[in-house]
Amino acid sequence: MTTAAALFRTCPATGLKVHLPAQGLIKINAVTAIVFLLVGGIVALTLALTRWQAVHLLNDEWFYRMLTLHGIAMLVAWIVFFEMAVLYFASAILLNTRLAVPWLAWTQYVLMFVGAAMVAVEILLGRADVMFTSYVPLQADHWYYLGIILFAVGAILGCVVFFATVNAARVEKTYEGSIPLVTFGAAIAALIAIVTLAHGAAAFIPTWLWALGLVPMMDAEIYRLLFWGFGHSTQQINVCAMVSIWYLLGTLTVGATPLNEKVSRSAFVLYGLFIMIASEHHLLVDPGLSAAHKSWNTGYFMHLAVLASMIHAYSVPAATEVALRKQGYTKGLFEWLKKAPWGNPAWSSLFISLVGFGFIGGITGVVYGTEQINIIVHNTLAIPGHFHATVVVGTTVAFMGVTYYVLPLIFQREVAFPTVARLQPYVFGLSMYVVCIGMIIAGRFGVPRRSWDMNGVDGPFQVSFDPIVDMALAVTGIAAVVAVVGGAMFCAVAVGTLLVGKKIEG
Amino acid sequence: MSIYAVKPGWWNTPVHREEKIWIGVALVWCIAITLIMPVWHVVGDQNSSQEYYRISGDNYAALTDAFIEQYKVGEVQGIAVVAPPPGSDIFLRGAQWQWDPILKLTQGATYRLHLGSVDMVHAISIFPININFEVVPGYDYVLTITPTSAGEFRVICNEFCGIGHHGMIGKLIVDPA
Ligand code: HEM
Ligand SMILES: [Cu+2]
Ligand SMILES: [Cu+2]
Repeated sequence: MTTAAALFRTCPATGLKVHLPAQGLIKINAVTAIVFLLVGGIVALTLALTRWQAVHLLNDEWFYRMLTLHGIAMLVAWIVFFEMAVLYFASAILLNTRLAVPWLAWTQYVLMFVGAAMVAVEILLGRADVMFTSYVPLQADHWYYLGIILFAVGAILGCVVFFATVNAARVEKTYEGSIPLVTFGAAIAALIAIVTLAHGAAAFIPTWLWALGLVPMMDAEIYRLLFWGFGHSTQQINVCAMVSIWYLLGTLTVGATPLNEKVSRSAFVLYGLFIMIASEHHLLVDPGLSAAHKSWNTGYFMHLAVLASMIHAYSVPAATEVALRKQGYTKGLFEWLKKAPWGNPAWSSLFISLVGFGFIGGITGVVYGTEQINIIVHNTLAIPGHFHATVVVGTTVAFMGVTYYVLPLIFQREVAFPTVARLQPYVFGLSMYVVCIGMIIAGRFGVPRRSWDMNGVDGPFQVSFDPIVDMALAVTGIAAVVAVVGGAMFCAVAVGTLLVGKKIEG
Repeated sequence: MSIYAVKPGWWNTPVHREEKIWIGVALVWCIAITLIMPVWHVVGDQNSSQEYYRISGDNYAALTDAFIEQYKVGEVQGIAVVAPPPGSDIFLRGAQWQWDPILKLTQGATYRLHLGSVDMVHAISIFPININFEVVPGYDYVLTITPTSAGEFRVICNEFCGIGHHGMIGKLIVDPA
């Protein structure tokens, strides 16, 4: 047992036992995620400054290339690498146990890294100007698809390691009762991931073989159906991981206890059951599916998952209110809110993520997912407006918030540049609110998404938009600059902590 | 505490009254927004179509060419202008990177608009009224339309279809009744 014991240390702050191989894997996945965030953020700046037509920074070819890279670096690499860190944390660390099969976890990392690097290189070489959706018959070089496949296989292995670890903890009885809520949420996320990645395989493996010239092209609509079975359900992994982190941050920042475990866990189960099949809101204005099919899929399935989000949207803030009131902030309705630790970047991240996800991302999501309303917003800039509110304001800000705890707990260093850290969630999160709203407004006036030039300079006819559009895009551009500064502040704090942060003994 | 294991018995903790009310209200709202979609197919004026056929790009191109030949009344920027009679089947073809023909319709008349692509996935966005549909190769997507306002509209491609995508802008004319 002595050798096994040497693989652990005890965290002085939480009393949790930390398995050192798990710690190493959490570190490397988190650091890689942040590197991709930095790349994606710099790229984002060039995109926003191109869409702001008064600046029009990139030429057409590079705009589309950078747009493809941005989607991959952010939505795929940053988010999924970070999720791997979250899975290992929620299993090995929170269950006080060893990470099962560390070599498999390293395989996860290597496959994902090689895959992501291949994809990025292909894009930069101009061999994959297809957007991250790569709708056939658009064709990228076959290495691009192989990179995506390797990345996805790596992610599946990460989920396998997660479940193996939870099982090891159960067998070795390292916890009593039921697994923590955060681990439960992560388990649902991992479960959705496995189903999702199966859709991904069904979409990408035949496409890869097609790019190699071995099989005929898949039907374009079937590709879209399979792609979104993968692409949308992936967003539900993100939601699930984000909500788990909301609960985690509620506990770490103000000591919140979930109001009712039964309600919160049942809501996670709703995610697991329904969200992974609800992906046809991407196909609401497509041929190939009947209206009955679309209504059923986006109505019944999606709204039961929306119900789950509504439940979390109540129980997370309510739990923090209860915790703060217990600390004595009981005056009036809102003293607890005023006295909340607004200077703690993890708390402000939690709040900005929760409010922005719910009020901007959630509402637009439900509205735009309505069959008939989708007709008037589909493929307009309002759609990136919506999903930047979910995946950036929601997921990304939550992940940034939890990093402020991962740094001391896992990297064992005090957070460097505390003033920068304190301001960071406000600078990034609030400017991102503006980016989202700017894009939504422009989209409502018919501005297309994924367009280098909306005025038709290269076309037979010109298009002139309402002057409000110019203002909306200018505001979006300026806010995007601020957001990128906010993102850079985050990266500076994270990297600075690793390099110069004061070591914490323990 | 969400980070620690929970003791057996957690399932039996009663749910607070406020939380129950919230869940009830949310559930009712979710049911309402679910129902609105099918209901709108009955009471609403603007719905997605359920009519589509499989067709090869070549066959779709042949149908469009025949349609253009039959009703062509002119040419603008090298693109044919066609004026089909009310009630007819009309064709719009998406190709990298042009929409053709230019349709000249009459306000208040009803048409069967066929959408098809001969290469990539494209999408129409009728500007400025903001009506958007995907145009997928291999499919003939039929929308029954009645233009309610007269004027000149743009047909913007808003699905990425290659580097020239932003130049894929067509025209649609609706003459007053
Ligand atoms: C620094 C903050 C960010 C800014 C200023 C920003 C800005 C933009 C802009 C201007 C576009 C192009 C919209 C269009 O023309 O269609 C875009 C697209 C996109 N962004 Fe971001 N973004 C940021 C962060 C993120 C993050 C963190 C994620 C994911 C986690 C993300 C995911 C995406 C995706 C998936 C697209 C769509 C790509 C496509 O259409 O293929 N963005 N973003
Ligand atoms: Cu097009
Ligand atoms: Cu296009």
